[in-house]
Amino acid sequence: MKRRSIVKYAAVAAALSLGLTACGGGSGSGDAKAAGTVRVTLANHVWTEGIKAAIPEFEKATGLKVELTQLGEDQLSDQYNVKLNAGSDEIDVMMYRPLQEGKAFAKNGYLADLTSKVSSDAGWDWKDYQEGPVKASTVDGKVVGVPIITEREVLYYRKDLLQAAGVAVPKTMDELQAAAKKISEANPDTAGFVARTGKSAAVTQFSSFLYSFGGDFIDGSGKSAVGSDAAKKAYSFYGGLIKNYGPKNVSTDMSWPEAMAIFTQGKAAFYTEADSLYKNATDPAKSKVADKVGFAALPAGPAGSKPYNIPSWGLAVNKASGNQDNAWKFIQWATSKDRTLQAQKAGVPGPRASVWADPAGTSTYPKDLAEAIAASAKNGVGHDRPEVVTVGKAREIVGAPIVATITGADASAAADTANDAFQKFLDSEKK
Amino acid sequence: MSVLNTSRGDTARDTALGAGRTARTPGPRKDFSAWANRHRKWLFAAPAMIFVGVLIVFPLAWTLYLSLTDSQGSVRAASEFVGLENYLTVLSDVERFWPAVGRTLSFTGVALACEVVLGMGIALLLWRPFRGEKWVRVAILLPLVATPVAVGMMWRLIFDPNIGFVNQLLGMIGIPPQPWLSGQDTALGTTIFMDIWQWTPMVVLILLAGLTSLSEEPDEAARMDGANAFQRFFFITLPLMMPTVIVAILLRGIDALKTFDILYATKGKGGGSFHEVETLNVYAYGLSFDYNQYGLSSAVLILFFMIIIGTMWLLTMRKKAVSK
Repeated sequence: MKRRSIVKYAAVAAALSLGLTACGGGSGSGDAKAAGTVRVTLANHVWTEGIKAAIPEFEKATGLKVELTQLGEDQLSDQYNVKLNAGSDEIDVMMYRPLQEGKAFAKNGYLADLTSKVSSDAGWDWKDYQEGPVKASTVDGKVVGVPIITEREVLYYRKDLLQAAGVAVPKTMDELQAAAKKISEANPDTAGFVARTGKSAAVTQFSSFLYSFGGDFIDGSGKSAVGSDAAKKAYSFYGGLIKNYGPKNVSTDMSWPEAMAIFTQGKAAFYTEADSLYKNATDPAKSKVADKVGFAALPAGPAGSKPYNIPSWGLAVNKASGNQDNAWKFIQWATSKDRTLQAQKAGVPGPRASVWADPAGTSTYPKDLAEAIAASAKNGVGHDRPEVVTVGKAREIVGAPIVATITGADASAAADTANDAFQKFLDSEKK
Repeated sequence: MSVLNTSRGDTARDTALGAGRTARTPGPRKDFSAWANRHRKWLFAAPAMIFVGVLIVFPLAWTLYLSLTDSQGSVRAASEFVGLENYLTVLSDVERFWPAVGRTLSFTGVALACEVVLGMGIALLLWRPFRGEKWVRVAILLPLVATPVAVGMMWRLIFDPNIGFVNQLLGMIGIPPQPWLSGQDTALGTTIFMDIWQWTPMVVLILLAGLTSLSEEPDEAARMDGANAFQRFFFITLPLMMPTVIVAILLRGIDALKTFDILYATKGKGGGSFHEVETLNVYAYGLSFDYNQYGLSSAVLILFFMIIIGTMWLLTMRKKAVSK
């Protein structure tokens, strides 16, 4: 067993990384099943912190032992690429991103089919899950994951700066632009608007702008739509906001940690980001402006306010695991109504309708944020990136016009180039 | 009588020997030890050969095999043999592959040149004993012991365009903030700087070892003949040091060609939004881990491997020529 997996790792690590530093260390114990151990791999996330603290309860109730591996987002996905590729049975439960890797993993046969399991327990209640998250964790009619964290894009803003400038919380994209302009002109050291700028990283947050301008990545007939008029306007608007009213010397590599840092350092008035990250802005330990942050629904574009409403993370069972029943027990416990409520109270927006309906579910949220979330959940779109197999590549293609616009290039020309490339990409995926 | 005696003696010795042998080494063990004796050169080399086989030959062969297939998505998924198609695709890719080759070579070339020149300068300064020598050596070696990923993250903070230390420092003396890592044109240069910062000490170490092993006579003779420091360095020390310099270039050059960690830690996947620091390694990594195109990625890696082997071969040739 052990020897075979070493050879497999060598093969896969070799295939993946000649000359690179491969991470194929096999450290799990092969006899976990007999010992009643569940091996769980989770990402660094607020949700993980909560579940980690509660694991002793699970161990006590079931007599099972949990072996936890915790990794950063990129390391996690690299780890899956190596281990799942090798058909390793060393992971039982895995935290994964349904929209990023879900399709690819399901297609490769890495994820166990949970369809019968989710419907078998009425008390646990699969019907309680919101429609969007369920759709995202279902591939080809099979349920392959249970969503745990949902996200919508909301507007973070600085109450004090808005008040000083005498502007109201923007309800439309035009108002947002005008307010950003006014505030940045009045405060030379403060940016009017900040958001993600990295080619790939910005795609998810740009998506809500795209939908609100009436566009999408792929149209109804499966063709690339990033060259449409609506998309061009959205690219030009999002890129323009950052170029004209963004931080000075803006980097084109910002993901949320960098953009959030600028906002929480008090250097920006408006910031559009996922609601699930709100604690970073309101926690005095992390934010200089913790008591001055307000939240609102994404301003409406020509097509209305259409933020994404998606499950950013889910739990799945490794198909190669010989320990699937215990793995399911862990998932059932970790996603129970009670645990979801606890997580949500700790600041992780969950996917269960009953928890949102329960006043306790939103009791710890800033009131304006809870309202913004409720509004976004109603008219939200179920994806925040192109729904394809090789999401990483697709993001780079559709994200190119964002950075091009930020650096001052013509949005329309960049969108046309991206449109051709994306169509080619879509054709190649169909093969 | 004498015959009998001899014969008896022989028999006795034979019996004693035979009995002794059977008692000490039973049949299979005797066979093994004889076999081991005959093959001892292979036996002693076996652990090393197995190591090389499992960790070098097998991965290489597997990568070569993958590079000839259209493997993607999962390594275990069915893939077809496509011959040299991946190589053709890669070699005709002027958008990502060739710029990556250019960046790999310019990164290595510039970093290496600066490291050798700087390293030689520092090594010369440290050559003669002086007070506090130990402390200076420790200080110089510090960057060497840091993990490259940590180094990358540290510099990323220092070079942050808005809240970074460098721009704030420049601001104090009236110089406007620079984009450093975030600029399309400046990012590669900044990462080269980081590489120089971290790896010059290693070059210093190698060159210093070379300097201390040089004999003093030629230098003294030149001094007696009235040669100045400049002349003595260029006509005596440097030529004598050439083999060591080439060793330093060889070791550091291979490492620099393969640089991955600081690029990934500072600019992430794809080497930044405009692929501004995407070298061959970063490109191959993205193809594998982001795009899951294993066939294509393997082709890139095999080509990259050939570039490294080629460079190494050229340098070893040069070293042989210099050593003669």
